Amino acid sequence: MEHTVRAYDDELDAMTGELARMGGLAEAEVADAIRAIARRDVILAEAVINRDARLDALELDVERKAIRLIALRQPVADDLRRTVAAMKIASNLERCGDLAKNIAKRAVVIAEADPLTPLTSSIERMGILVTHRLKDALDALASREIDRAVTVWRRDHEVDEHYDAIFRELLTYMMADPRTITACAHLLFVAKNLERIGDHATNIAEILYYEITGVELVEERPKADALRAP
Amino acid sequence: MAVSASRIASRQIANLVFAGFCILFTAFALAALAAILWSLASQGIGGVNLAILTQDTPAAGSTGGGLRNAIVGSILMGVEAMSIAIVVGVLAGTWLAEYSGQSRYGSLIRFLNDVLLSAPSILVGLFVYQLLVERTIGHFSGIAGGVALALIAAPVITRTTEDVLNLQPTALRESGIALGTPVWTVTRSILWRAAGSGMLTGILLAFARISGETAPLLFTALGNLNFSTDMMQPMANLPKVIFDFALSADDNWRRLAWVGSLLIAATVLAITIIARAFAKEPNRS
Amino acid sequence: MTTIAPEAPRVHADDVSVATIDSSRIKLDIQGLDFFYGKGQALKSVSMSVARNSVTALIGPSGCGKSTLLRTLNRMYALYPGQRATGRIMLDGEDILRNGVNLAMLRAKIGMVFQKPTPFPMSIYDNVAFGVRLYENLSKSELADRIEESLRRAALWDEVKDKLHASGLGLSGGQQQRLCVARCIAVKPEILLLDEPTSALDPISSAKLEETVTQLKSDYTIVIVTHNLGQAARLSNYTGFMYLGELVEFGETAGMFTKPVTKRASDYITGRFG
Repeated sequence: MEHTVRAYDDELDAMTGELARMGGLAEAEVADAIRAIARRDVILAEAVINRDARLDALELDVERKAIRLIALRQPVADDLRRTVAAMKIASNLERCGDLAKNIAKRAVVIAEADPLTPLTSSIERMGILVTHRLKDALDALASREIDRAVTVWRRDHEVDEHYDAIFRELLTYMMADPRTITACAHLLFVAKNLERIGDHATNIAEILYYEITGVELVEERPKADALRAP
Repeated sequence: MAVSASRIASRQIANLVFAGFCILFTAFALAALAAILWSLASQGIGGVNLAILTQDTPAAGSTGGGLRNAIVGSILMGVEAMSIAIVVGVLAGTWLAEYSGQSRYGSLIRFLNDVLLSAPSILVGLFVYQLLVERTIGHFSGIAGGVALALIAAPVITRTTEDVLNLQPTALRESGIALGTPVWTVTRSILWRAAGSGMLTGILLAFARISGETAPLLFTALGNLNFSTDMMQPMANLPKVIFDFALSADDNWRRLAWVGSLLIAATVLAITIIARAFAKEPNRS
Repeated sequence: MTTIAPEAPRVHADDVSVATIDSSRIKLDIQGLDFFYGKGQALKSVSMSVARNSVTALIGPSGCGKSTLLRTLNRMYALYPGQRATGRIMLDGEDILRNGVNLAMLRAKIGMVFQKPTPFPMSIYDNVAFGVRLYENLSKSELADRIEESLRRAALWDEVKDKLHASGLGLSGGQQQRLCVARCIAVKPEILLLDEPTSALDPISSAKLEETVTQLKSDYTIVIVTHNLGQAARLSNYTGFMYLGELVEFGETAGMFTKPVTKRASDYITGRFG
C-alpha cells in the first residue's frame, strides 16, 4: 500500500533505485577485476580502478538520501528498516568496489610477472563463485525474496573452503620456486579480497533478511573449519 | 483560472454599497440615541439641586421639593427584587446548565423561562396584584412591588447564568471531577468562579432592566407622596413619579419628572458601563 | 551442518496481536472491555494490561476509541447517562467497573490531564491545593511543602515560585498544562491518565511536558493517548494501536516501531492510512 504522502514513496523508491544501480556497478567491478587477473588484461584492470570513484559517489548519494529521509520523514517500522538497510548495503557494496579495485591493481603487477596458469585458474574459479554469490545477494535484494537471501547466507562456507584450498596451493608454489613468491603473495591477497567480497555478499543477505522480516539472522552460521593460517 | 477584472470591480462595488447601508442605519440609530440623551440632559440638568435628594415630592402647584421618597423607594424595592432574583436566577440557571441535562423537565423549565423573559411587564404587575395585593396583603405595598420586579429580573439572570455556564469548557468540569470532586463542589468552587464575570454581567443587566419599569409597579407599589420605608405600605418610586408628573400641567412637577428620568438613565448607563468592564475582564484563553 | 533460518512472520489484513505482560508487573488489567454510547459500541472486547511504573501509549486514528478507553479507567464516563462499560478493569486485584466503587477514592488514585490545559480560576497555589484539600487535612506548612513538591515534580516550581498567589490563568499554555499535572500528582495518585496532553502546545512546551512525564515514570503508572506517533515512540514503554474500537496490536514500543506484527498497525504507523 502507498503512503498517504506520495512524495514519501517517491523518495524511498529513489533511494532504492540508486542502491540497485550501485549493486549492478559493484557486481561488474568484481567480475571485471577477476577477468583482468585471469586474462592478464592491464587495460581492463585500469578501467576497473577508474570506475571505483563512481561507486564511492553513488554510496554517498544513497547515504544522503537515507539521512534526508530520516530527518524529514522520520520513517518507522518497515520504512525505517528499509532506509537503514539501504545505508548499510550501500556501504557493503562500496567496500566490494574497493576490494575489486585492489584486485585490479594487483592484476597490473601480476601481468608483468611470468604467468602461473594453474594458480590463476584456481583464483578465477573462486572469483566466479564469489561473483555468483554477490549476484545472488543482489538478485535477492532486487526481488525482495527472503529464500534467496537465506540461500546466500547459508553458502558462505563454500567461499571459505575455496580460500583454504588456494592458500595451501600458494604455499606449495612458493616453497617449490622462490622466484614466484612476489606473484604468489599478490595472488594470496587477491584470494583474501575475494573471500572478503564473499563476506560482504553474506552481510547483504543478512541485512536484507532483517529489512524484510524485522528479525535478525542470529543462528550459528555454517563456517568452514576456521583457518589455521593468517 | 484568473478572476476577470470586471468581476473584481463589481464585487468591490457591491461591497461598498453594502458597507454604505450599514453605516447609514447605524448613524440613524446613534442619532436617535443621541437625541434622547440630549433632551434628557438639557431638560434635566437645569432642575438638579441638592433638594432632589433631601426633599420629598411636593404637592401640585407648590415650588421646590425633591425626589427623596421616590429614590429611596426605588432603591428598597430594587434591593428586594434583586435579592430574590439573584438567588432564584443563579440557582435555576445553574440547575439548567449543570444538572438538567437532556431531561424533559429541564427543557420545559427552559421554555417557560424564555416565555417569562419576554412576557409584557404589565402582565407581571397584574399577576402580582392578584396574588399579593388582592388576595394576601390586601393593599398596595413595597413588598409587592419588589416581587413584581423580581419576577422580571429572575428570568434574565436565569438565562445569562445558564448561558455563561454552558460556555465553560467540558474539560474544566471533568478535570474537577477527575480529582474526585463532587459535582456540587465543582460547580461552586470552579464553575461559578470561572463564569463569575459573565454571571455578574447578567445580574447587572437585569438590574438595569428593572430600574425603569413602571407598569408592574402601578398595580403593586402604587406610589406614595410621603417618605416611607415601610415595605408593607404603598411605596413611592421613580418610574411612577415620572409617569404622574410628566403628564401634569405643573411646571415644577415636569421639572422633577425630567430630573428623575435623567437619574434613571444615568444609573442604567453607569451599570451598563460597569457590566461592560466586568465582561471585558481578561478571560481564559 | 545444515541449519534452518527463522521463518519470516507472515502478515494478514485482520490480524490482532496483543502481547501479555508478566503478571507481577501489572498495575491495571483490562479484560474483555466493551463500551457503549447509548446504542453505539465504541470499544469491542478490549483486553490489555498496563504495567506498573511505565508509560503505556494508546495510538490510532481519530474515533478509534483510545480516548474512550482512557475515560473508562477513571470512570469519567459515569458522568454521562447512557454511557456504559462492561467487562472488567482490575486495579490491584479489584474490579473498578463494579457497582458501589467509591468514585471519589478511585479518582484520587487515578489522576487525569486533558487535551486543553484546564487551570481552575484561582491562584497557582490554590490550584495545586484544590485536590489535596478534598482528601487531607494538612497543616499550613505541610500543605505548602506538598505544593512545592508537586510543582517541582511537574517541573514548574522554578517558573512559578515567586508568583504562587497569581492566577493560574496567567500562565502560558505549556505552564498551565504542567500546573494541571502538578494538581494531579499533589493528590498522590498511583496512575496518571494523559489525554493528548501536548496537542495544544508548541514544540518547546511539548518537550518540557514530555520530559516531565519521563521523570514521573519511575513513581507512577502512566497511560497516554496521543496523535503524535513520535511522542508515543519517545515516551512510552508499551504501545497499543486501536482501530474502530478494537485493540489491534499491543506490545513493547520498540517492537511496535521497528517491526509491528499486524498489517493494520504497520500501515498506520508508517503513514499508509488513517
